[in-house]
Parts: sequence; C-alpha cells; structure tokens
Amino acid sequence: MSKAPSFLRGQSLFARAIRGILMSPKATVALAVCLLLIAAAMLAPLLAPQNPYDLAQIDFFDSKLPPLSEGSTGITYWLGTDTQGRDMLSAMMYGLRTSLGVGLISGLFALAVGTSLGLIAAYAGGRLDSFIMRFVDLMLGFPTILVALMILVVFGQGTWKVILALVFVQWAYFARAVRAAALVESSRDYVEAAKCLGLSSPRILFAQILPNCLPPLIVIATIQVASAIAAEATLSFLGIGLPITEPSLGLLIANGYQVLLAGIYWMSVFPGLLLLVLVFSINLVGDRLRETLNPRLVQ
Amino acid sequence: MTAFLIRRLMQAVIVLIATSVIVFTGVFAIGDPLEILLPADASIAEREQVAESLGLNEPLPVQYLGFVTDAVQGDFGRSFVYNRPATEVILERLPATLELTFTALVLSLVIGIPLGLWAGVKAGSATDETIMTGSILGFSLPNFWQGMMLIMIFSVTLGWLPSTGRGETGTILGVETSFATWDGLKHLLLPAINLALAQTALVIRLTRTGVQETMPLDFVKFARARGISSPRILFVHVMKNILIPIITVIGIEFGSLVAFAVVTETIFAWPGIGKLIIDSINALDRPIIVSYILIVVTMFIVINFCVDALYSLLDPRIRVSAQ
Repeated sequence: MSKAPSFLRGQSLFARAIRGILMSPKATVALAVCLLLIAAAMLAPLLAPQNPYDLAQIDFFDSKLPPLSEGSTGITYWLGTDTQGRDMLSAMMYGLRTSLGVGLISGLFALAVGTSLGLIAAYAGGRLDSFIMRFVDLMLGFPTILVALMILVVFGQGTWKVILALVFVQWAYFARAVRAAALVESSRDYVEAAKCLGLSSPRILFAQILPNCLPPLIVIATIQVASAIAAEATLSFLGIGLPITEPSLGLLIANGYQVLLAGIYWMSVFPGLLLLVLVFSINLVGDRLRETLNPRLVQ
Repeated sequence: MTAFLIRRLMQAVIVLIATSVIVFTGVFAIGDPLEILLPADASIAEREQVAESLGLNEPLPVQYLGFVTDAVQGDFGRSFVYNRPATEVILERLPATLELTFTALVLSLVIGIPLGLWAGVKAGSATDETIMTGSILGFSLPNFWQGMMLIMIFSVTLGWLPSTGRGETGTILGVETSFATWDGLKHLLLPAINLALAQTALVIRLTRTGVQETMPLDFVKFARARGISSPRILFVHVMKNILIPIITVIGIEFGSLVAFAVVTETIFAWPGIGKLIIDSINALDRPIIVSYILIVVTMFIVINFCVDALYSLLDPRIRVSAQ
C-alpha cells in the first residue's frame, strides 16, 4: 500500500471505501462501468447519434432495421432501430437517463426518510421506538413488488408516484440499519460527553451519531439504488410504472417484448443487457463496499 | 407465551383493517365506479338510481362498513369483466399460481443448496468466487428480461419448449395439475426457471453463510477426530444444522414468490392470479383488484404470524425481549 496516492492512505471513510474497491480488480471494473454509464446518461443529449424523441430526426422508413444497418440519411444504426424508426442506441442512452434518475432520486429520498426515522427510533426508545420498528418489520415482511403495486393502484400512475412507491418500499431497510448502528453508538462515551456539554438532541443525533453510522448506510444505499432501478423497470414493463412520455429501460424492453416472437430481438436484448450491466455493476460495488466497510471486519 | 401470541394476533388484525381501509378508499372513493358501469349518455335520474341501488350515495364510512360486512363473509362483489363473484374468479386461478411457485421453490433448493455447500467448503477459492459472483448476477438479472431471453433461446431459436400458456393439465389425487401430463410439464419448465432464479441466488448465499458459520464449530472437529468421512460430516452433520435457517427463510420467501409470479405470469401468459391482477388493473376491474390485494395481504399476515409464533416457540429469548 506504500505506493497508494496520498488521498488513499488516510483513514477517512471515503479513502477506505475507494481503497477497498481498488484492491479488487472485479470491483474496480464494476465501478468504472458505473461511472461510464452515469457519464453516458448525463451526456446523452450530446453523445447520442440522434434525439430519439425529436420527430424531425426520425425516419419512419428506417423502422425495424437490424443492428449495423445504414439509414436513409447515411446514419449508421449500430444497434438497429425500433418499430418507429428510432435509433436504439440513442433511445437506450435516453432510457438510461430516466432509469438512473428515478433510481437515484428514490434512493436518496428513502435514505433521508429511513435514516431520520431510524435515528429517532434509536434515540427516543420506548413506545415510539417499538411503534416505528413494528412498522419497519411490517414493511420488510411484504415483497417490494406487492407494496409498489398497491401504492400505484391506490394513487394512480406517474413518474413521481413511482418514486413515492419506491421510497415507501425502501425506507425500512435504512431505518433498520441506522437504528442498529445508532443504538451501539449512543452508548459510547462521546455521546455522553456531548450530552454533558448540553448539546441539543437533534444536534447530537445528526452531527455526532449519524456520521458514525455511515458505513452500513453507504452499503445499503448502493444496493437499494440498484434494486430501485430494477423495480422501476419491472413496474414499467408491467405497464403500471412510468408514462410512455418518459421511456425508461424497462419500457424500451416492454416495447421489444411485443415484437420478440417476430424475431426482432435487438429491441429487447440490448436495452435488457444495458439494464443488467447497470444493476450488476452497482451490486458488485455494493458487495465490495460491504466487505470493506463492515464494522465487524474493520475493528 | 399466550400473551405474546395474542399481542401479535391483535397487531395482525390492526394491519388487515388498515390495509382494507387504505385499499377501499383508494380504489372505491378516488375513482367512480359509475363511470364504468353506466353508458356515457346516461341521464342524471339513471345515475341516481344506479348509485342508490349500489349504495354509492351513502357516506364513505357506511359504504366501508357494508363492504367489510360482505367481505368477512367472503363476498368481495362481482367482477365487472367476468360478471362473476371476484373471490370465485381468484380462487379458480390460485392453483395455477401455487403450482408455479411450488415448482420454483423446489428448483431453487435443488440447485441452490449444492452450489452453496460447494462455495462454502471451498471458501476463498476461485470456485467460491465464481459461484458468489454468479449469485450476484442472479440477483441483478431483471426477472422479466431474463424470462424474455428464456423464450427467445428455448422457444424461438431452439424450438424446444412452448413459450406461453399452461398446456394440458391432468388429475393427480383429485387435484388438477400440470405435473400429470408431458405437455403440462413442458409448459411449466420455463416459467418455473424464470421465477426460481433470484430465489436460487438467495439459497446459495444462505447455504454458504451457514456452512462457514458451522464448519469451525466443535462438533465438526469431534466428528473429524472420530474419523467420520468429510462428505458424511458435510451432508449429514453440517446440513442438519444449516437447514433450519434455510427452511425458515424459504417459508417466508414463498409468499414473495407468489407476489413475483405477477411478472412471470405476465411474460409467459400463465393463467394464474398474477396475470389476473395486471389484467384487472388495466381493465379497472375494481372488485378483483381489492380482493386480490386483501387475499394476498391476509396470506402474508398469516405467514408472518406463523413465523413469529414458531420463532417464539423455538427461541424463548424472543418472547422475553418482546415483553
């Protein structure tokens, strides 16, 4: 480790996480793929060969072309076109934007809600604690897809409702983890010291205890973003997720499903592969982070 | 013990009531059933009459009470699409779903346990690394896409197995099932593999963890000292100890297989309750939606209650800490 750059030699959480990933070739590749996909999603309007939702750029006569074929305007469709004559590669880059966006936003909201409730439960104890934790147990007892389905049935469909459903499904994982970590932390001396200094409860919770609960939270956040992306794709595939105006990877695959039996494989195979690579690499990074940041292994 | 069970039972009832209130208000009050039941040119007098006869003029709590009174007697109303009692339509399709989930469960155990044992015994080796990475891949594979790829490879390209439907069923011991005919089995295989994959990944992880926790224990060392062969130690002595947690988790996961059957049944056009709920959501068939959700939620509450009860029976510490 003597050759590691200076920022990796420290003992900060960030340095530990990055060092853990770089020590595993598999996780390093996975992280690189994640970053590459995030960049591709953010830069989609600049990088994509065409804007798949600008009707002026789409030629209907180019529809259902197989991969590597040349369009009427001389453009090469590397991954073929869909039934409307859209370039699949471009549609996938825009779909990746939607999928990643929904996954990250719902992951962040679930993190915020779950962490707050978990901290409150751990700090308050007593009735409030057992009430929150019974609710957490209840949520974890039901499968993701069933709860999301119920919420979408009750509230109707739409992008923000899908995000709401995903947050509702995921907050409990954060709450449980942060409560367990916070219970250990609140018996430490520094919390006692902070109380003696007369710091307010919110300040002790969020400024003193929370930073020490971060390792499990980072691991869960990584894995939950991956599962949010997969869940959104599943809901969109079932036709109860995102509206067709904002096609995610799941919706692209659903479109491909309609023509799969007709032999037009590229409309479902490529978006599916992209979704798989995205979820798989996030999960690999998460798995490595768990090995590295696990407090039981570190201490 | 009894006090613990009664408390859990009361919680279960509260959850069921809360769910029914939420689903009822969501499905019945936010949307208007008259929009679907009446033709667009119906007069105001006709609307009044139908609303009166269906009890839709009553205040919401009164309507809810009426709904609950009927529901407790197993009457969830008539399906708009099938024009038959919703419960009847669902129960008729339940066997197909149970058959599918049961087969998936068996497949996941038959494939997952040996792989998990293998990875656990060779912990840290290349084999272990491959199996564990494979299980992460299993978690990551989007279920619906993996099903489509199965159809593409085995039905479209190779033409070995049929892609949709349930196929012929026969009767074994008075139960109608796909196991009875060759055609039925062929139709069952792809959907069952599709549903089993994520579960298999879970079984692999559980088994591997179990092996790693059990191998360093004293009784394994004693067994070795007594000269018992390694395979016998692994398959008899270690297996006995790791099967308990695996079976518990699988019991809980059976319910989530029923829920995830929604995806598998949609892809393979399997005529179970999962496909029924998606079709009903698209057709706004409210009685079916409400009864599906309440039946499945009840099933989960019963499963969770049984698991809680079993745990407290097996492990007295849980009873004590819950009080």
